[in-house]
Amino acid sequence: MILIHCPYCDEQRPEIEFAYAGQAHIARPANPDSYSDEEWERFLFFRANPRGRHHERWRHTHGCGRFFNAVRDTVTDKFETTYKAGEPRK
Amino acid sequence: MTRFSAFSLFAKALGAHKDWPEQWPDAAPKASYDAIIVGGGGHGLGAAYYLAKKYGITNVAVLEKGWIGGGNTGRNTTIIRSNYLYDESAHLYDHAVKLWDGLSQELNYNTMYSKRGVMMLAHNVHDIQSIKRHIHANRLNGVDNEWLTPQEAKAYCPPLNISPDARYPVLGAALQRRGGTARHDTVAWGYARAAAALGVDIIQNCAVTGIRRGTDGAVEGVETTRGYIASKRVGVSAAGNTSVVMQMAGLDFPLESYPLQALVSEPIKPTFPCVVMSNTVHAYMSQSDKGELVIGAGTDQYVSYSQRGALHIVEHTLAAICEIFPIYRRVRMLRTWGGIVDVTPDRSPILGKTPVKGLYVNCGWGTGGFKATPGAGDLLAYTMAKDEPHPINAPFNLDRFRNGRLIDEAAAAAVAH
Repeated sequence: MILIHCPYCDEQRPEIEFAYAGQAHIARPANPDSYSDEEWERFLFFRANPRGRHHERWRHTHGCGRFFNAVRDTVTDKFETTYKAGEPRK
Repeated sequence: MTRFSAFSLFAKALGAHKDWPEQWPDAAPKASYDAIIVGGGGHGLGAAYYLAKKYGITNVAVLEKGWIGGGNTGRNTTIIRSNYLYDESAHLYDHAVKLWDGLSQELNYNTMYSKRGVMMLAHNVHDIQSIKRHIHANRLNGVDNEWLTPQEAKAYCPPLNISPDARYPVLGAALQRRGGTARHDTVAWGYARAAAALGVDIIQNCAVTGIRRGTDGAVEGVETTRGYIASKRVGVSAAGNTSVVMQMAGLDFPLESYPLQALVSEPIKPTFPCVVMSNTVHAYMSQSDKGELVIGAGTDQYVSYSQRGALHIVEHTLAAICEIFPIYRRVRMLRTWGGIVDVTPDRSPILGKTPVKGLYVNCGWGTGGFKATPGAGDLLAYTMAKDEPHPINAPFNLDRFRNGRLIDEAAAAAVAH
């Protein structure tokens, strides 16, 4: 089980306290009315899925309950860093 | 290649089995091929075999970065079934089940396909309604599936606990009698041997590092760790690594790769006659011919290429197994492992052409690709040979994520599918 640092609680806690919430920094469309089918396809379905550095969202469900962002290596599963939601991409 | 038969076994036994020839040659890559398959799992080897056998394209190479069958082909729980809800899926998976029939004879290789029946348990009213809907939909599509009462389920699978006092009591089950298991390794080896006999080069330890495209955008060949290989037709059947390979051609794909775990117990005497799965409590078990209980756990929640998963996932499924089959509570587990599965947003595969000319794809089988091995190989071969999809795999195109014609088995099955 991996250990995850919650940037709000400032504690290293086991994975079962957290829920994974997918790729981070995906902006909702500012003008959905003007979105083409191709843009909707990318927004809804296409994800980075890299072999290596991955920006992702987690939620400390059984802790503070807040969403935060993380950078993790998808080959080793090691976390590089975690940071609060709203902070710039690391 | 020596043909396997009772006679050849007997004849070789006289020589203490010392003079069996290699089953297929360890090929070195040539400068060019008529078709290249990226990924030497069951699906890729099957595609190469059918390209040679059915469509006469024998100048084919299968490129495998490790050893053949060492990825998800060797890591799954070997279940075969076709009881899918939607018409498109039922046709796709039943095409594969029909090919499993007679596959051992066709390949002259014993795949140990055993139609021992696949049972899916219902634990609440929603399960009963959903499973009965599946049964009716299956029967309309010509796929066998039937409803069992708890007593009938117990008669078919005696270790099952149908006590009404269970935390999630068994209220009934669906049974697909044609479903069952096969030995996973033999599928890869059987296809490799049969394909090599038709002239296909099986090239191991050859990782693809790039896909070269011409000025018109069409595929010209692949860069590998063993040099450049030219080919105007490239089929990618790389399971969890499909996103990585497709990036080499400049294509993004609607895939996410997750670790999926399985485990086996110490070998015990034959006590478990069929396959049982329960989506509600997430238990999934069969017994191998060697005697091990083969258990499928769930996927981890995060994207990963690590080929290992967390222990709490395994613990979760074992808790359910102990509840449904109390007689196995003291059985010890022997090994656990993980494979990387490529999951699409609608949990249905992508099998067909890509926006790049000459580049074909077979991916997105997620947590259930083994059962489809012969069908996926056959349909990828058809698509590559004719440069158009077969009617069975036509709905499983990449365009469905743009035009909205999803085949949403995720919503249909909730967990396993």
